[in-house]
Amino acid sequence: MTLVAADLAAHVLERALGRGGDLAELYAEAREGFSLSLDDGRVERPQGGRERGVCVRVVQGESTYYGHVDGVAEEDLLRVAESVSQAVRGSGRGAVTLGSASGAPEHPVRIRPEDVEAARKADLLRACDERARAAGDEVTQARIGYGEVRRRVEVYNSNGRAAADDRTRVRLSAQVVARRNDRVETGTDTRGGHAGFELVEANSEEVAERAARRALTLLHAVDAPTGRLPVVVGNGFGGVLLHEAVGHGLEADAVQKRASVYAGRLGERVAPEFVTAYDDGSRVGDWGSEGIDDEGTPTRRTTIIEEGRLRSYLYDLLRAGRDGVESTGNGRRESFRYVPVPRMTNTFFAPGEATPDELIAGVERGLYAVSFGGGQVEPATGDFVFGVSEGHLIEGGRVTAPVRGATLVGNGLEALAAIDGVAGDLEIASGYCGKAGQSVPAGVGQPHVRIRELTVGGTA
Amino acid sequence: MTPEDAAGRAVEQALAAGATDAEAWAEESTSRRVRVYEGEVESLSDAGGRGVGVRAFAGGRTGYAYGTDLSEAGVRELARSAREAAEVADEDEYAGLPADLGATELEGLASPELGAWSTARTVELALAVERAARAVAGVTQVENAVYSDAQGSVALVNSRGFSGRYRATQAWAYASAFAGEGADLMTGLGVGLGRDPAVLDPEGIGREAAGRAVALVGARRPTSRRCPVVLDAMVAASFIGFIGSMLSAEAVQRGRSLFADREGHEVADPALAVADDGTDPDGPASAPFDGEGSPSRRTALIEDGRLLTFLFDARTARRADRMTTGNASRGSYRSPPSVGATNLIVAPGEDDLEALVRRADDGLYVTDVAGLHSGVNPVSGTFSVGAAGRLIENGALAAPVRELTIAGDLVSMLKAVRAVGAEARWVPFAGSVKAPPLLLEEMSVSGS
Repeated sequence: MTLVAADLAAHVLERALGRGGDLAELYAEAREGFSLSLDDGRVERPQGGRERGVCVRVVQGESTYYGHVDGVAEEDLLRVAESVSQAVRGSGRGAVTLGSASGAPEHPVRIRPEDVEAARKADLLRACDERARAAGDEVTQARIGYGEVRRRVEVYNSNGRAAADDRTRVRLSAQVVARRNDRVETGTDTRGGHAGFELVEANSEEVAERAARRALTLLHAVDAPTGRLPVVVGNGFGGVLLHEAVGHGLEADAVQKRASVYAGRLGERVAPEFVTAYDDGSRVGDWGSEGIDDEGTPTRRTTIIEEGRLRSYLYDLLRAGRDGVESTGNGRRESFRYVPVPRMTNTFFAPGEATPDELIAGVERGLYAVSFGGGQVEPATGDFVFGVSEGHLIEGGRVTAPVRGATLVGNGLEALAAIDGVAGDLEIASGYCGKAGQSVPAGVGQPHVRIRELTVGGTA
Repeated sequence: MTPEDAAGRAVEQALAAGATDAEAWAEESTSRRVRVYEGEVESLSDAGGRGVGVRAFAGGRTGYAYGTDLSEAGVRELARSAREAAEVADEDEYAGLPADLGATELEGLASPELGAWSTARTVELALAVERAARAVAGVTQVENAVYSDAQGSVALVNSRGFSGRYRATQAWAYASAFAGEGADLMTGLGVGLGRDPAVLDPEGIGREAAGRAVALVGARRPTSRRCPVVLDAMVAASFIGFIGSMLSAEAVQRGRSLFADREGHEVADPALAVADDGTDPDGPASAPFDGEGSPSRRTALIEDGRLLTFLFDARTARRADRMTTGNASRGSYRSPPSVGATNLIVAPGEDDLEALVRRADDGLYVTDVAGLHSGVNPVSGTFSVGAAGRLIENGALAAPVRELTIAGDLVSMLKAVRAVGAEARWVPFAGSVKAPPLLLEEMSVSGS
């Protein structure tokens, strides 16, 4: 399928450069999605979407001018290009020659989700609901969500780039509520990937069961401790800590605006020698993976921390040009309604040598933070705060009572430097990352990691 | 097709495809956004949007489809896929269009002034915001100064004879300033909004961003304690927005609100009064009708400390044997209506900020909270969120503090309100909220 023919694309780019500019880009996207949820025992909100649109961008010096429009009608494309060109103050550039379209590496999709009957998706949700309710009498509510989306994108730019990608993502999520007397607790879990329906076809009830177990566990939770404590962070979704407290500060837009505590620190030791971390948008089938980024650059593995030293920032074309380096394939956007900004893909600590049990055994009194409800970071300072959605006390080297209401408050650089153990059980979880008003699928992950000391704020 | 025609055709087509009832929401909009950095335009955009969303009912089953193709064939395809989607849903005896259909006459939702502003003039406005922030002593950087606006028209048509449309405009500007260096870098946000750029105060927005950052320079972690807390208007608005989301009858009926059994009961100190008002001419969320064609209105939520009602759409109202409160909320044509607040408005009190701080005497003034949405349990209402601000000593603002958490539960917090400030402002985050600063008797502050 071609959304915008190459000769029309060239014409639009020429029009966009009518008053000059260093780079013009046309991004076209067709997005088709379907979602369905089960709530309160009932399958509801079946929803289909079908969108087409383009974004035209001209970069001149430090300025970006862009416009977007719903639909891919030729007259609309030319009108947007014209309107964008009007903002540029310069003189026109000549003809644009596009290369032949380069295909992106494929992420295998065995069963096209749109070919699966909606009734089967509804059955999947019912099975999850049943499993969640079977997990315990105290389970009172389950909300299960299923979503599939296919995004076909085409990128053309005035440097001759022509690239396309066909991305399919599927995600199943469960949120389960358990109640005992006045105590009400929620547990969540998700499974998502850059893959087809096969991802959720087998054993997907496990997602609901895990969410239910979390909610049930929290019914027994004691108030969280407060103070400075050693913290063992769980694998998979525990990687949110790395994502928020380190990853965002490595995105080149923040670095170049000196809005990052990591600015000017490349090559510096920021963590112990046994700590290595990557951003990798090329991992096959992972949630944050794609063939190319949203500027047509092939995705790849970028080492961000190598044996404790800060190795690389994450770049899109614009910021890479300013630093005289290559884009790392991190120019991402939510849709054609946005311009790309440097964003993480799948970001994770490399596996180490320890086992999770060894990490826990080394803690006399501390917190085991299995999963986070979310978090926020100020990239300028690296200060972060995270809500711990599932946590346990560690006492005498053993995991004991579950705790509720714990938050981790700290600073990215301090936390990195305080890592004193990394386990071998790497896992990537599926989340959505919000930045600059744009939400994109991001894989977060890590093996179990131990931090010598962090501020734990509790409910006590 | 025009949005109105597309909506009308979509309803016809959905009925033709076998729907028992149908509704279509169509919009057409244009928006602009200017971001300046170090005296230059960093980015400038000009965008157009148009699309339609169709809700098809097949008895008690509901399906939804949306798309950007407003051609005859495109609309037919969407209508059919909405009708098809309905097949997979379970029967819901309360589903259906509202009985209470109509529009409230509202003036001033659209300002002609907005369209009269050239893009060049909006760039000047954004630059003025940035200059004002930079001019404040102690500011080391202005990360963002942004002007943004939107104008659009909405058409809603349903198979029960409702057909309505309106136009609205909105303009915003905000800036984010830094003060201090290195690990002691602090940030501050300034924001303003209105129906058109002429009502924005660029100098005020820039100065606010700068002032908030500069006030935090040298912040340290405070010692843990329980003490009186003053929430500034932006922070108060964040909490009120969150509370508004828990007053949705949907959250209540699904057992996801701590307010579930509290209707008619005392939930707050009498000093605090909160209303949902979809008709306030200045409210960003104001409109003549809600997302399913019920007339907009003002609904008192908390008065004299009592919780008077929840927020209802047609479905939740039917289930509770009540009337809709006109709170079927709609983000865009890309989502079906769901229960949500319009504009949440906290009635202002008598005290200016200085008086609130004086009354707190010895406590904490919170100017920033982080992680509110992850830090609050919507069911139990317990929260623990990161915060920054200033200490209050001897009735006056003192040293800045950061890396602290404030914890408690929302019901105790509402009951702990001791005074409501006089200076209410619109805050466009977490919905649309107009709130003044609040003085709370006591909260748990955790630092070092």
